[in-house]
Amino acid sequence: MMRYLSRQGGREEGAAQAARTAPPTVEETNVTSAASAGLANDPVALIADKALWIRRRSFQMVYEAQLGHPGGDFSAADILATLYFGVLRHDPSNPRDPGRDRFVMSKGHCTGAFYAVLAAAGFFPEAQLTTYMQPLSKLNGHPNRNYLPGVETNTGPLGHGLPVATGIAIAGQIDNAEFRTFVLTGDGELQEGSNWEAALTAGHRKLENLTLIIDRNRLQQGARTEETASLDPLDDKWRAFGWHVEVLDGHDHRALYEALSKSPKGRGKPLCIIANTFKGKGVSFMHDNVAWHHGVPNKDQYEQAMRELA
Amino acid sequence: MSAAAPQPAGWHDCRDTFSKTVEALAEADPRIVTVVSDSVGSSKLVNFRKRWPERMVNVGIAEQTVVAVGAGLANGGKIPFVSAAACFLTARAMEQIKADIAYTNVNVKLIGQSSGIAYGELGPTHHSIEDMAWLRLLNNLTLIVPSDPWETEQAIRAAAALDGPVFIRVSRMPVPDLPRSNARFEIGKAETLREGDDLAIIANGVMVHRALAAAEALAAEGIAARVINMSTVNPLDEATILDAAKTGAVVTVEEHSVRGGLGGAVAEVLATHDPVPMRILGFPGFLPTGSADWLLEHFNLNAAGIADAARQLLARK
Ligand SMILES: Cc1ncc(C[n+]2csc(CCOP(=O)(O)OP(=O)(O)O)c2C)c(N)n1
Repeated sequence: MMRYLSRQGGREEGAAQAARTAPPTVEETNVTSAASAGLANDPVALIADKALWIRRRSFQMVYEAQLGHPGGDFSAADILATLYFGVLRHDPSNPRDPGRDRFVMSKGHCTGAFYAVLAAAGFFPEAQLTTYMQPLSKLNGHPNRNYLPGVETNTGPLGHGLPVATGIAIAGQIDNAEFRTFVLTGDGELQEGSNWEAALTAGHRKLENLTLIIDRNRLQQGARTEETASLDPLDDKWRAFGWHVEVLDGHDHRALYEALSKSPKGRGKPLCIIANTFKGKGVSFMHDNVAWHHGVPNKDQYEQAMRELA
Repeated sequence: MSAAAPQPAGWHDCRDTFSKTVEALAEADPRIVTVVSDSVGSSKLVNFRKRWPERMVNVGIAEQTVVAVGAGLANGGKIPFVSAAACFLTARAMEQIKADIAYTNVNVKLIGQSSGIAYGELGPTHHSIEDMAWLRLLNNLTLIVPSDPWETEQAIRAAAALDGPVFIRVSRMPVPDLPRSNARFEIGKAETLREGDDLAIIANGVMVHRALAAAEALAAEGIAARVINMSTVNPLDEATILDAAKTGAVVTVEEHSVRGGLGGAVAEVLATHDPVPMRILGFPGFLPTGSADWLLEHFNLNAAGIADAARQLLARK
């Protein structure tokens, strides 16, 4: 069954694409949440519901594995929920459809949130999430395209996603294809020079089919970005490289939905969305706290977090 | 991101030895600086930063730059210890290591932290089991894979004293102190930890104590296995390898791919001068998901697996 999402104000839809436009109902996803009932017609409410579910499920995965990167899972949860439940046109039953929108998870350490959203979207059964990082699991600490549908490229070393996404977008540009390519990076990740080489290429080639989302939580592994190798003024940097830049609250589902679902056609520039976020967003003791980059919860912390994520 | 199981009592994380030693060296020599890429905590350099904030350069998450800046610091008269996760320090910055460090032949000490498969579940992107192959063929670059805290400290001190580029693997996987009767470390000299003339087991890094345990098991069956700690991979101690060949059988063991590492280096020497039956023990390449301990067991990189390989090899002698 095709389960492509419609995109608000999107491209003209040919006959072949008309069949792709039915939004998924909650029943169509394999996530059962009582709170989801009746939300299918309001994308922003559905996104909010899924974001909460991603936070809870990913934290359970990290707790059970006693491994993971929960701070960055939480800063990215709203972005991922918006992409998968409001923006991306994809068909989990045909994950390598040449016409699919691509999403590249460049901050590949945040597999808790990434695997949770892929399961929620129907790429694999939710039950598989319990194998996270267990021996021989397909749910490795970093995503592997050869193990899991929905993964476009293997990430883990930072600074690879944008260059690969640029290549995907160039392929689409050559073919005059309809699909869009989205990539999510961390902000500390932008200290890798490879990003800026790709930024030059994408700007030069006016890749309007390419959208970069920066999870601007202002923390990297060991400290704040601005105390390590500062990135500000980040928006000016991308503009200078020929990109269109929008800065928004990365936990505001409506703002994310509107910015990401708007058609990029005719802009003639790649789009960079600087999503201002907080590491550990959603749980008081993790909020904006670098210790939770790869900190894992004990039982008390887990239970408190689950009470707060309600 | 800890992947290894909790440390048995009396076993050590050699990163602690690294930071203790580099602090001791820095006290005595103001030229010593550390260079990191958002790798302060993972290098155990938090205390160094507290003591000498002006002598630590953190370039952010940028391994190509951390290596190249190290080369520049050496040019400016410093003795830089460039410290980052071994997987990124090598794979990401190989050209900087080749051109700026080895080919230019500068006085930089590269510290590959949490080498091998210590990051277990984080997968092949975070494993560093190709580094010995990539690095050992670079001229000028001394490559050391220490086996325990004592040897890690010796290697770091020797690297600081040497005027030239050095790469040292520093493991986070818990290791015991190795038994040594007359401990003496010299770059380029292998260490025979146990005598034996039936076959030789050549190992380095975290595999050395496993090789010793295998030799112990073989001894109970009347098989005398020599155990050689080949901690320096470049320059290679060819004389000790050729002496080992006189036993008639050689097993190599490394926390590395079976292609191109310690086994490859030993095989080049044997094939050229004195071919004897040989087994190369290590990992097959990109590994499945699993903890470091699980991976070692799964691929038989333990005392039982090494002893088995030795028995099979003896049958071919
Ligand atoms: C090339 C490379 N160097 C180092 C690392 C280790 N590492 C993993 S996550 C991380 C910090 C990432 O910070 P950021 O991009 O801001 O991500 P977030 O805060 O969203 O988790 C580091 C240094 C890596 N994965 N890849």
